[in-house]
Amino acid sequence: MQRYILSRLIQSVFILFGVLFIVFFMLQMTGDPVSLLISRHSSPEEVEAMREELGFNRPVPAQFASFIGNALTGDFGKSLRHKQPAMDLILDRLPATVELATTALLISLILGIPLGLISGSNPGSFWDVLSRGTGLLGQTIPNFWLALILILVFSVHLGWFPTFGRSTWTFLGMTLPTRSVILPAFSLALFTMGQLVRFTRSAVMEIRSEDFVRTAYSKGIADRKVYFRHILRNAAIPLISIVGVQFGYLLSGSIYIETIFSWPGLGNLLAESIGNRDFALVQAIAFFSSFVVVTLNLLTDIAYAVADPRIRY
Amino acid sequence: MVKLNRDKIRNKKILDVHNLVTRFHTFDGVVNALSGVTFHLNHGETLGVVGESGSGKSVTMMSLLHLLPAPPAKIEGGQAFYYGDEAPVDLLTLNKSGISRIRGDHIGFIFQDALSALNPVMTVGRQIGETLVEHLGMSPSAAMKRSVELLAYVGIPEPKKRAAAYPHQFSGGMRQRAMIALSIACEPNIIIADEPTTALDVTVQAQIIELVQRLKKEMDMSVIWITHDLGVVAGMADRVMVMYAGHVVETAPVDDIFYRPSHPYTIKLLGALPKMGETVHHRLESIDGVPPDLLEKPVHCQYAWRCHMARERCWEDIPKSRQMGDRHRAACFLDVAKEEA
Repeated sequence: MQRYILSRLIQSVFILFGVLFIVFFMLQMTGDPVSLLISRHSSPEEVEAMREELGFNRPVPAQFASFIGNALTGDFGKSLRHKQPAMDLILDRLPATVELATTALLISLILGIPLGLISGSNPGSFWDVLSRGTGLLGQTIPNFWLALILILVFSVHLGWFPTFGRSTWTFLGMTLPTRSVILPAFSLALFTMGQLVRFTRSAVMEIRSEDFVRTAYSKGIADRKVYFRHILRNAAIPLISIVGVQFGYLLSGSIYIETIFSWPGLGNLLAESIGNRDFALVQAIAFFSSFVVVTLNLLTDIAYAVADPRIRY
Repeated sequence: MVKLNRDKIRNKKILDVHNLVTRFHTFDGVVNALSGVTFHLNHGETLGVVGESGSGKSVTMMSLLHLLPAPPAKIEGGQAFYYGDEAPVDLLTLNKSGISRIRGDHIGFIFQDALSALNPVMTVGRQIGETLVEHLGMSPSAAMKRSVELLAYVGIPEPKKRAAAYPHQFSGGMRQRAMIALSIACEPNIIIADEPTTALDVTVQAQIIELVQRLKKEMDMSVIWITHDLGVVAGMADRVMVMYAGHVVETAPVDDIFYRPSHPYTIKLLGALPKMGETVHHRLESIDGVPPDLLEKPVHCQYAWRCHMARERCWEDIPKSRQMGDRHRAACFLDVAKEEA
């Protein structure tokens, strides 16, 4: 087990170095960054001064070395627009995205898994058709369109939720979400829910026809126990990876949903920074999102090993 | 667990199956998996069930315990009296809780491939213990202790350590032993072994057969052994039942099957066995043709297509099982012994 975790950990570190490499050279490939940053009417002296200030006059390997060195301490430079360290801006926006992603994940789990279980346990039934239909809609409806419809119906007409923005309330020193998170989280959850319905359904159906389930029945234990101990326990294993991957995707922030709802999260920040050509910020967000995904994948692998004894060795 | 005093049923029927009909309702049509299977099992005997793939050996046994997936499977007729309980009971009419009470406690099942037949994420000890908790009302810790004893009893070294291990950590033979420990946990009256040695190599196969023989004797059980290996049957069975395309074509004491076969199919099956003293270049006999399509409802002898002795009347009616000798029955219109001579 320790060896397994250690080897996954080392792999993750290599992946993150790869990400840093790509993030750095992507910028180099866009040409001279300074020409993007400065007015077209600037004098050559001004351009040169800016190069000097930002360190672009140094050879590329030297720039890369200092980029890596700074990145390891969490320093991705200053946002050109906000004049603040890029990492601080990210950490500032992070709570909003975590709130949105966690709520969305919970919604998709609460809806998706039971629907998938009902569907996979009674294939061909009315409930199966209903669940599969819901899952299909979840995966195919564009979430930005759905978000607008939800705003129209629930905020504009019914007035149940705010149309945009994030509000919080504080209780015992904790910042807690309000109903403002419901609509964006629901729009975001729909795709993940659809995926969970489909994967849960196929996992349950596959496990149900396994030989060991027949063995469990042949022992004379009650159907309910066969279902929980033998079917669900095994069906849960493939779901771990779906949930891990989906949470990573949700945590890197959704550009569409956060923009539509003016949700002050990472997705919104990314959209803004790309628009502003705020390359330090773009680099920082790209790396940060990759870091989140890699970390979650690592946790998923560990959870997988805990759940399935066949993987531990 | 209330089980009948076994002395009272000694040499008497413990299982009596009449006209069992099981069909599979699939998209392609109705598969006539069993078309009236009749047989019985005496207490204390080993019944070998032979036949090619798809002949209905496993389907028969799984029908008795309602283990077939329904749908598509449907038991559409017959009776299966079990005499090992307080009162005789027709297994086919039992409801869910009724059959659960029989499964594992009265009738134990050993499956073919122990790797896929054991839950990969549950320790072997817990899988065995589950039966004990269910039927004997043991506490989980008592059940675990008993599981360890059972593993030792079936010849698994370091049983305590193995009880805490998962199925994939066992070797093939050890896994099959664990499967056997699981099936005998509640000391059932009947063990149904569905080709338990097919996936094993020959030496391990012999050990498993020996183990089941020993357990049968020590625990005073009856055994139904499904196989397509006539050599295994010759070595361990008291009686043999030959199945073909969902019918029982012959049942007889083991010696009769080998020395006085009364059905053309049995004769051909025996002919297909390699014989001692034959040269290596000798071609084994084979049975021409293929088994019938079970999607068609049988209207005549199902073996007629391939039978080397088929007459006109074989194409007109389904032969009924007839007495061919002492405890010897076959479903054939012909007196095969005379015809052959």
